[in-house]
Amino acid sequence: MIHIRFFASLRERLGSASMNFEYAGEQTVSQLLSELYEKSDNLLMLKEQDVMVAVNQTLCGHEARINDGDEIAFFPPVTGG
Amino acid sequence: MISVQEEDFDHCNEYKFLKDNADSDGAIVTFTGLVRDFNVDGSVSSVFIEHYPGMTEKSLMDICSKAKKRWTLGQIRIIHRVGLIEASEQIVFVGVTSKHRNNAFEATQFIMDYLKSDAPLWKQEGTSNGMKWVEAKKSDEKAKARWSGDNSATWASPNKD
Repeated sequence: MIHIRFFASLRERLGSASMNFEYAGEQTVSQLLSELYEKSDNLLMLKEQDVMVAVNQTLCGHEARINDGDEIAFFPPVTGG
Repeated sequence: MISVQEEDFDHCNEYKFLKDNADSDGAIVTFTGLVRDFNVDGSVSSVFIEHYPGMTEKSLMDICSKAKKRWTLGQIRIIHRVGLIEASEQIVFVGVTSKHRNNAFEATQFIMDYLKSDAPLWKQEGTSNGMKWVEAKKSDEKAKARWSGDNSATWASPNKD
């Protein structure tokens, strides 16, 4: 199982803070995203260019490797400070 | 030391912590960020900061590690508030000690520039039209980018913040 989390305006627009996704051997964030796009049209907003990704709480790119049990987060550009 | 907290902080206490732990360091630089009471569209009464519990702290620790690799530093103290914060209140504190002032000045700027681009914190502003998400500024990315490449800071400061 992969635990997926959404934050800030992306969470609001998706109307969801988190979801669990059955791990089916996806090896990269990019492969996981392809599966998510298939699952729901709503999740197509993850295609937006400025969406940031973290795997197990570390920022990464779409080529990052993922494993069963990982926590993957998607969020808009950060605006702290 | 990193703190992500709802409560306000006392600048004097934070300075005292840095001074008491400065050992043989000869410089302390601190930065305090306040919530502005305006934006380009008008007045702002408050902000609400959302964060990613766990990752926000981890991200700030990573930024400290990067700064310590780049400069010889003593203590680093970062506080970022989350939740509802009224206009004009303190929102962020960065304090750095080092042997000499240049390292402390540069490291403080570096930490703020990375915090604004990498730390998972998101701001909503309370305006007359309700709460509105703040969009990331290109100037923040530029501010971070100036630290890549060669090792000397350019001091070409970004336009905003």
